[in-house]
Order: sequence, then structure tokens, then C-alpha cells
Amino acid sequence: MTFAAVTSSYRLERRRGGALAEALRIGLFGGLAAIAFALVGAYTIMDGRPVIEGVLTLAQTVLVTIGLATGAFGARAAGAAPAATRLAHGAAAGLLAGILLAALVLLVSSVNLRATLVAASPALVRALSFGLGLASTRALACLAVGGAMLGLAGSVLTVLPPVARRAVVAGLAAAVAAGLFRDVFASILDNVPGLRGLESAIFGFSGVNPAAAVVLCLAAAALSVGRSALRGRALSERSIALRKRIGLALMIVAILALPLVTNAFVAQVAMLVALYILMGMGLNIELGLAGLVDLGFVAFFAVGAYTVALLSSNTPFAIAHVSFWIALPIAVALAAVAGLLFGLPVLRVRGDYLAMATLGLGEIVRVLVLSDALAPVLGGSQGIIEIARPRIGGLVLNTPADLYYLALAIAAIVGLVSWRLQHSRIGRAWLAVREDEDVAQALGIDLVAMKLLAYTVGAAFAGAAGAVFAVLIGSVFPHSFQLLVSINVLAILVIGGLGSLPGVVVGAIALIGLPELLREFGEFRYLFYGLALVAMMHLKAEGLWPAHAKETSHV
Amino acid sequence: MTAAAETKAPGPLSEWLRRSTWVDHILLAIRIVVALVVLVGLVGSIAADTYSAESWISFIVFGLTIGSVYALIALGYTMVYGILRMINFAHGDVMMVGSFAGLFAANALAGAGVTSALPLLALPLILAAGMAAGALVSIGIERVAYRPFLHVRSLAPLICAIGLTFILEYSARGLFGTRNRAYPGFGWMEGSVVVFGITLQIVQIIAFAAAIVMLAGLLAVVRLTPLGKAMRAVAEDRDAAALVGIDVARVIVATFAIGGAMAGVAGVLYALVFKQITVFMGFFLGVKGFAAAILGGIGNLGGAMLGGLVLGLAEALGPALLLEGFHIPAPYQLKDVIGYGMLVLVLIFRPQGLLGERLSTKRA
Repeated sequence: MTFAAVTSSYRLERRRGGALAEALRIGLFGGLAAIAFALVGAYTIMDGRPVIEGVLTLAQTVLVTIGLATGAFGARAAGAAPAATRLAHGAAAGLLAGILLAALVLLVSSVNLRATLVAASPALVRALSFGLGLASTRALACLAVGGAMLGLAGSVLTVLPPVARRAVVAGLAAAVAAGLFRDVFASILDNVPGLRGLESAIFGFSGVNPAAAVVLCLAAAALSVGRSALRGRALSERSIALRKRIGLALMIVAILALPLVTNAFVAQVAMLVALYILMGMGLNIELGLAGLVDLGFVAFFAVGAYTVALLSSNTPFAIAHVSFWIALPIAVALAAVAGLLFGLPVLRVRGDYLAMATLGLGEIVRVLVLSDALAPVLGGSQGIIEIARPRIGGLVLNTPADLYYLALAIAAIVGLVSWRLQHSRIGRAWLAVREDEDVAQALGIDLVAMKLLAYTVGAAFAGAAGAVFAVLIGSVFPHSFQLLVSINVLAILVIGGLGSLPGVVVGAIALIGLPELLREFGEFRYLFYGLALVAMMHLKAEGLWPAHAKETSHV
Repeated sequence: MTAAAETKAPGPLSEWLRRSTWVDHILLAIRIVVALVVLVGLVGSIAADTYSAESWISFIVFGLTIGSVYALIALGYTMVYGILRMINFAHGDVMMVGSFAGLFAANALAGAGVTSALPLLALPLILAAGMAAGALVSIGIERVAYRPFLHVRSLAPLICAIGLTFILEYSARGLFGTRNRAYPGFGWMEGSVVVFGITLQIVQIIAFAAAIVMLAGLLAVVRLTPLGKAMRAVAEDRDAAALVGIDVARVIVATFAIGGAMAGVAGVLYALVFKQITVFMGFFLGVKGFAAAILGGIGNLGGAMLGGLVLGLAEALGPALLLEGFHIPAPYQLKDVIGYGMLVLVLIFRPQGLLGERLSTKRA
């Protein structure tokens, strides 16, 4: 592609200073990141959640991570310098970051900034003083020295041989993960007979116990060393494929067993994840395969949800009283029709314009549903309530676990359909359209028909998701159909890997499941999304579980 | 293709029928339906005669006020598009940041006594604060979301910009809190004047005048300065511009900075008129600004201005002029439908906008 070749000359190399200047620059960024973390209000909220009981809170974990990363990058900037220099640079970067954070504490404690920055509160000063006296010299020195120590520790990581580095990182990660997802693990131990005692030994009231953390850390490190030893041997193509299969099988077993072995809260979260997987598969057809950026995706979701609501609610809004199993195909069909209607005019628009046009359409649908004009039919902002739960024979699907399996079953069907489509002639035509429309047309692919098909199929899947959503929640409100839903689904696809079905699952778990389980993150979920999207594009644009491992990404 | 055939062929209708596809037929049907809806709505509304002449005038004034805000936002979209052939998705939030910077500047000035001592000086200072903040954030956006991907053709800039939208909105939410912030007023801007028997609020005049001044300044920069010349060259052909020694990267940064400054001004003006700001106001105003840029013809500075004013008028007048005719309850709730509807229809039927260049197919 000539365009790419010529414009590549604009790829600017930043003028780099000396290694120390570079380390200090990284220290500056680390300090700013810590300051932003504190001023956004995340620190005080996350400080209430212990990760390692009585030792480390979630907020401190984040700060420690920032410190370690600052040190590691600072040391890496020194390149192939002797180990002592790298350690010194890492420590210097960490020291600068610590000094900046200490300066913030001093500023917040001496000047009242609350009129402007709501999080610059005495609570923040108290939390960052670690019980050493509010913004006392000792507390400030502790921040600065702590920064230097963490920087040093981070740079030690870069000096270590790779096997040891992996082991340390795996150990720390295991301890932190155990603390973070205490609820999941504890409820699993709760449900497995004979392991009750283990639960109270490992987990405290809301984090992991210090002794157990050490054990876990060591175990994970040992496991990592073992893996590294195995990895040393060259692997044949076949064993790689086998590994991939085993990974996939393990994932499927975990997904199936999840609500059985955990509590209702985790099942609720899993249900939400399954719903987003369903939607993600729909958008995957449009965006992942055919390359159509659709920010109005939620409109089809709304069509599906409202169809089921109108067909099976117990309120006067209902126009019929049929079971979910009859309403579902009708919802899917109507969503597909809506997709076709929306798609027809819009699909001659390309790229970013398509994003904006579909965004406009999605918003039009939401505003219409919310308006008084359609309130007699759709309930306006009051929504439609009392939607009948689906029943199989005499069994009413009522608990989160039941509904989780319902969503999962439909997701499996949709996944199968989209997998078949992807590997058919149509799927290859979509890929061609995604890569280059002009070339695809020259090859004899009917652009309009292919795009419309992608749009219609994607819309139908979204309609299925909407139908499931209506019975999951038991009611529909216009507020459930905001632009954020479309963007959530888009983010899931991007994080998971465009065009990759396992990627959808991974993305939904990472973006819907994790923030939902880490309730302290709740308020900062979208900040986390934004950071994840930007970081993903910069570091690993093909996603966590790319469609084709070998192919370099075109996104 | 069909348009060319229409002019040359002997039997234009039969020729069009032969060449057109079923998609064309449906598009034509949509055109006809839209025209009919507009016509019936117009006739119905005029027949209903609900509003007095005074309310029409106040609708128009309101439309021009919000239209100037849209126009200023649209300028940023249009400039970046002209240079990069890409949409800066996070542009709306630049406006929000400018608005907050203006708020803090206003509070600081009021605290220091400048507002009461030199009331006329306070406004330019606040506008300058908004401009500076907008320009800075915009440069940051360029650095994070656009520069690293200049050399590849991908969705990465779009997705990065969506990510930045989240980062800006939710950082602002964490930093400044969720509640609505009241914007301080200045004594001399609160009143209204009567011109030709029409009562105008001074704030509205200021918003309109500021938009015109900004556009004029921008046109002068683009037409007259060396930077403007470089911008036009880069917009024309980035590779050729680089070959003749133009620092393309610097021109791109300057473009983002200027667009961001315009959005910052828009944020302050919006806040002065509506008196309240929230951290989430940027996104949808940004979409409206984009609609205005498309409407006027993206890549065309005058078009952005025109598009903004037309969109503002359409939103202000539309509910009364169109929807009243259908006896819809609370038509004002649907003003956004008119705005977004115009965006979608223009994108479909006249992508070059009112004044614009043809949307190039260069950008896939």
C-alpha cells in the first residue's frame, strides 16, 4: 500500500535525552499517574478494600504497581548500561515519583482545593499519611523514600534473569488476584465439601490472609519456574495446537460450571457477562468481520427487548400474551428487519462516518422511546414491567443461574452460527470488504449486499440479546439503551480481538465481569475502559485473543 | 454515476431505471417520504398557528445562539478532517474541558476582585483560559490517539479517541464531582437590550459575535499567515507538502491546537448562555458539532459556520415548525431527533454538505 509506505516517513522518533533524563521523565509520568489516581478520588475509595488482610489495601496495591512500573521503565531506559547504573536510574525515577506524590499531599493539606477538586480532601491526606501524622515530615519522607525503594525494586526486576523475573511477577500477581477476587474463590471453596476449613485459613473478612498470601506467592512462583523449564524445550506445531485446544476446553468447562460452584452474586455477574457475549457476537459480525463501525448497535438491542416486553408482559401495554419461546424468534426477526431498514441508506457511508451516522440513528431510537409521543405504546420513561419469565415445561427460569444458562445457550447457538458464517464464502467476502472495499468490489463482491447481510445478521443477534435482556431483568426502560451499551460492546470486541469469537468471551469477562466483581472499581469502570482501549491500541492492537495469531494486525 | 447518465442520455428516466439498483429505489423512496413528512408537518404547523410572532423570533434568536456554539465546535472537526481526513471523536470533550477551565478562571477572577473592578476585562480572560485549556487537551489527544497511527491505515485512531473520550469525561467526573456547576455571571451581561423592537439578551449577542470574530480570525490565519499556507498545503497533499520542506507534524499539532481553542471558546460561551455545566455535556454537543460540520461540508471553514447556524435554527424551529403539525405531545422533547436526523440524512444524501468538497474516497 503506497499510502502506508509514504506516510511512514512521518513516524516521529521522539528526541531522547540522556539515560538519566529519560529515567527522570518516566519518574515524572509515574508521579503524575499517582497524583491523578489520588485526585480522581480512586485512592480514598479503594483504600477501604483490603487485598491482603491488615497489610495492603487495593489503593496501596495500585500505588505499589505504579512505583514498580516507574522503576522498571526507568531502568529499561538506561539500555545496556551496567546493572548498578540501571538500578540507580530506576531508584531515581521512583524517588521523583514519590517526591511528586509527597508534594501533592503537602499541597492538599495546606491549601483548600475542595472547591475545585472534590477529591482533594482531608481523607486523602489521612490515607496517604499512613498513620505517621497528617502530612508530617515523617509521612512525606516515607512517601519519597518508599517511591525510591519501589523504583529500586522495579529496576531489580529488569536486572533479574527472565525466569526469575517471571516467577516474581507471577507470585505477586497470584497473591493480589486471590485478594481481589476473594468472593469468587471463597464461594467456590464454600461449595466444595470438605474445603470449608481451607476457606477461613486462606481468606479473611474481605481479603486474603498474610500467611496464605505468602504461601500462594511462593506456589505461583514455583509453578512459573516449572513452566519456564518446560518452555525451554522446543515445541512442535502439533503440541501448540493441542495446548490451544486444552485451553479452550478448560475455558468451556469453567464457563459451564461457574454458577454451580459459586454464590448468587457471582451468578448474577456471570449472567451479565453472558448477555454481553451475545451482543459481542452480533457486533463481531459487523465490526470484526465486515469492518462496519456501528455505534447505534444498542438500537437493535432495544428492538429485541421491547418486542419481548410487548409480547409477554402482564401490564396493559402488552399486545399479546405469548411465551418467551414464541416471542424470541419474533424479536430476532424484527431486529433483523430494523437492521435491514437502518442499513440500507447508511451503508454507503464509510469508516468514521458510518460510526457517526449509526450513533445518530441509535440516539434517535432512544429519544423516541423516551418521548411522550410514544409513551402510550412503549411506556415512556416508566418502561414496561412484569415481563413473564421463560418456562420450560413446568420449570420457570427464575434464578440468576437459570437465566445464565439461558443466555449461555443462546450465545452458544449464535456463536455456532457466526462461526459457520465466518468460515463460509460469505465470511471470506466480509473479510475482503473489511480489508479493502475497492479491491473487494473489483473481485466481484457485491459490496452493498455483503454489508447489508452483515448488518442484518448483527442486528438479529443484538435482537436476541435484547430479548434475553428483557426476561433477565423482567422489565425494560429506555435508560437501559444508552450509547454506553454500544460502546461497551465495541470495547469488548477491541479488547478481546476483532473477529475472534473466543476474544469476545475474554473481552466480556475482562470488561464486564472484572469491574462488576471489583465493586470498588464500579465508579471508575469507564475510566478503566478508556485506559484499556488506549493502552490496547498502543500495546497490542490485535486484542487479547487475536483471530489469527500470526497475522500482524490491521484492526 | 446516475447523475451523469441523467444529463447525457436521451431518455433520462428510462436510463436511470435501467442503471439504478433496488437500493437506489429505496433511497428515492426515503427521499420522497422525508419530503412528504416535512411538507405535511409544515402545512399542519402553519395551519395550527400555535405560536405568536414574538415566540418565533425568540426561537430564531435561540437557534442562532446555540448554532454559534455548534459552529465553533464544528470548526475543530472540519480543520482536523481537512488535514488528516479523520474525525477527532474526542473533540466534544475538549469543549467540556474548556468550559471547566473557564469556570475556574471565572471563580478565581471573582475571588481576586477583578470581575467587579474591571468587568469588561474578565470576559476575554475567561475566554483565554478556555482556549488555552482546549488547545492543551487537543494537543494531548493528537499526541496519544493520532500521531502514533499516522503511518498506518486502521481503526486505531478512532478507538483511541473513543477511549480518550471516556478518560476525559470520567477523570473530570472524579476530579470535579458529578453535580452540575453553576456558572457565575457578570453584572453587565445579565440584562437585555431592545433592537428594532426585538428583545435580545446580551449573552446571546456576545455568543454570536464571539463566534463570528473567531471565524474571521481563523479565516485570516488560514488565508494570510505562513502557518495557514502550510496547513492548506498539508490538507492538499501531505506527502508533497513534506517534500517541499513543510514540517507536517508541527502543522498537524497546530491544527489540533487551533481546533481545541475554538472548542474551548465554545465551551465557555455555552456555559455563559446556559449557566450550568456538567462533565458529560461535551459528548452530545460534540456530536451536534460534527453534524454541523457535515451539514456545512466537512473540510470547509465557512461551511462549518453555516452548518452550525442552520443546525441550531433547525433544532430551535423544528419542533414548532414541523412536529406541531402532527399534534405530537411535547414536541420539544424531540428536538434531538431533528438534529440527529439531519446528520443521518445529510450523510446519506448529500455527503459533501451545503458548501463542501466532495467526500473523497481517498479515506477508506
